[in-house]
Amino acid sequence: MAQMNMAKAINLALFEAMDRDDKVIVMGEDVGPDEGVFRITEGLYNKFGDKRVLDTPLAESGIMGTAIGMAIYGLRPVCEMQFSGFDYYAFHQLECHASRFRNRTRGRVTVPVVMRAPYGGGIRALEHHSESREAIYAHTPGLKVVIPSGPRNARALLHSAIQDPDPVIYYEPKAIYRLFKEEVPEAMETLPIGQAQVVRKGKDITLVSYGASLRPTLEAAELLEEEDGVQAEVIDLLTISPMDATLIIESVKKTGRAVVVHEGPRTCGLGAEVVARINEAALLYLEAPIKRVTGFDVPIPYFSKERFFLPDPERVLAASRETLSF
Amino acid sequence: MLLDTSDDHTADFPVSNNRVDSMPRTKIELPNIEYLSILDEDAKLDKALEPKIANETLKTMYKYMLLARRTDERMLLMQRQGRMGTFPQSSGHEAISMGSAIHLGKTDWHVPAYRELAGLLFRGWSIETTLLYWNGFEEGAMPPEGVNDLPVCVPIASQLLHAAGLGMAMKLRNDNSIVMTYFGDGASSEGDTHEAMNFASVYQAPVVFVCLNNQYAISVPIAKQMRNETIAQRAIAYGMPGIRVDGNDVLAVYVATMEAVERAKRGEGPTLIEGLTYRFTPHTTADDPKRYRSDEECALWTKREPLARFKKYLVAKGVYTEKQLEELEQELDTLIKASITRVEEMAQSEELVNPLSMFDYLYSDIPPYLNEQREELKKHLEDVKNSTNSGVSPQKASAH
Repeated sequence: MAQMNMAKAINLALFEAMDRDDKVIVMGEDVGPDEGVFRITEGLYNKFGDKRVLDTPLAESGIMGTAIGMAIYGLRPVCEMQFSGFDYYAFHQLECHASRFRNRTRGRVTVPVVMRAPYGGGIRALEHHSESREAIYAHTPGLKVVIPSGPRNARALLHSAIQDPDPVIYYEPKAIYRLFKEEVPEAMETLPIGQAQVVRKGKDITLVSYGASLRPTLEAAELLEEEDGVQAEVIDLLTISPMDATLIIESVKKTGRAVVVHEGPRTCGLGAEVVARINEAALLYLEAPIKRVTGFDVPIPYFSKERFFLPDPERVLAASRETLSF
Repeated sequence: MLLDTSDDHTADFPVSNNRVDSMPRTKIELPNIEYLSILDEDAKLDKALEPKIANETLKTMYKYMLLARRTDERMLLMQRQGRMGTFPQSSGHEAISMGSAIHLGKTDWHVPAYRELAGLLFRGWSIETTLLYWNGFEEGAMPPEGVNDLPVCVPIASQLLHAAGLGMAMKLRNDNSIVMTYFGDGASSEGDTHEAMNFASVYQAPVVFVCLNNQYAISVPIAKQMRNETIAQRAIAYGMPGIRVDGNDVLAVYVATMEAVERAKRGEGPTLIEGLTYRFTPHTTADDPKRYRSDEECALWTKREPLARFKKYLVAKGVYTEKQLEELEQELDTLIKASITRVEEMAQSEELVNPLSMFDYLYSDIPPYLNEQREELKKHLEDVKNSTNSGVSPQKASAH
């Protein structure tokens, strides 16, 4: 076991993946000698060289499209978008091809590609460097979307993503790359895609979150206990799509109340999907409407004001109290 | 981390030799672009440039060109009869497609756009799959087993990146295979075309880019698509060789592609080949060219189509007699008719019309939420079937 932050854990997973399977290729802008603008690919170029770690030209559609070609050939490309806000260029290739080749060819052509990108706000970055559009990819049939919340699950989820026979979007909450350390086991491990986790048990209210928003959600849960004597159950989605609705439903049937917390804009965000699924399967168990604590339907403000956009413990606490007193 | 400058990273990435740094003003020498024509529209042959092609190979090329043409013509008739969906005709593009695809081996990859029917048939796609595809069945997009082909690509130019990626993988893995990919004049305006050629060039990937310049992107003529005189000259911008050929001359296409393939196999990277031709059909069966071009222009170019001159060449060379050509045509027509009959049977089969198949190929293992949707549709279809069987109208049944 070792203590490491998320950036190191992702780096570890890349080393392990490239060691165990020589079909794994890392590609993207500045991933080679520069080791990535967040140093996530540190050391890989030195060890594996320029036939396994590729510095690409500056062209996200190009990166994604060629990664698709390489995956079809039989390699396992892990392509990096320097910031998730630039993967919009790659969206066409993801939506029209990565997610569709298996279906289009009735399984004859498949695309085992992973797209990694730092996503979300909270590091006082420039415009376009704090995007949270995972909902768009959740809305794209044929893709899978995973978002870790800490070092251990980051390492495990990336392995699952790389080993998955289908395209996986792996969004890294950049605000917590180096925020905290955690025990990460020596032995390589995976985490099944499609499984959420209960990270705090409780009986009074279900709080669903993921990524960087998990921490403020857990903080709010602590405050609910300290100040109101309320036991909140906190669920970490981990997989955005295919979402583990079963775990959420089980919890809501127990608590009767729920709040969903995420950074991305509210309308048609993941929260909307969680609410829909709870309604379909557990409406009569609800004591109160489900609240969504989310980013607003605006582009995340420039960093002078981004803290007002991002869900914080106070907003989660307020929403939980309203739900509890409905 | 300090950049290790002692390690030469540029070995696989040759830079241009045209680094000129002299004052005050010097000419930067750039490569030329050639135009190649060997067999013209009157079947006049340039003997000096005539490639040595074995009779068997000539016969193969002609057969698939003719098969593609006859299939295409038959498909048009079917479409007008309501027996085929809207589709883009390939007539007129047989030389570009077949003259290039003939060089592909088993381990090479063929990455089409959508007018390369001759090449597809040559690579092993059956007439049935073509008919199925344009009739709205996904089964028509299944590459034949063991054939390194991608299916037809609808989003314009996006296939070029897949081709570049395939080529990059070959290069990285020291695989001596090559990729041949196709795109049109309209496609050449797309960003993906630029990115694909740039990537392929940077990585010296073994890709042959074949442009079907048929001078129209639906109704937009080449003069509105670009200001450059040729598409081939764009190769200069990517540091790769480029050549323009008479796209209706299968011999010129053959020679230019052969050079490109050999270059790729020697590890010298990609080439751009532009075949100048004409789309004398509408863009698809839903298009009406009378709205944007003159009959005179169309007639002029239709005379230049590839089959007539190739036929004359083959007869003059003694590869075929006129009688043999007639017999071949009849043989192919019979083949086509049989395929159509087979497809019209297949289109009724349980397997092909099962709507639940829409769920079965999204992922290697169907996730729970998708399976729920599959079950939902399954139940709904059963309910409809049961209510119609019992004599109750589906409308009344759904009112419950």
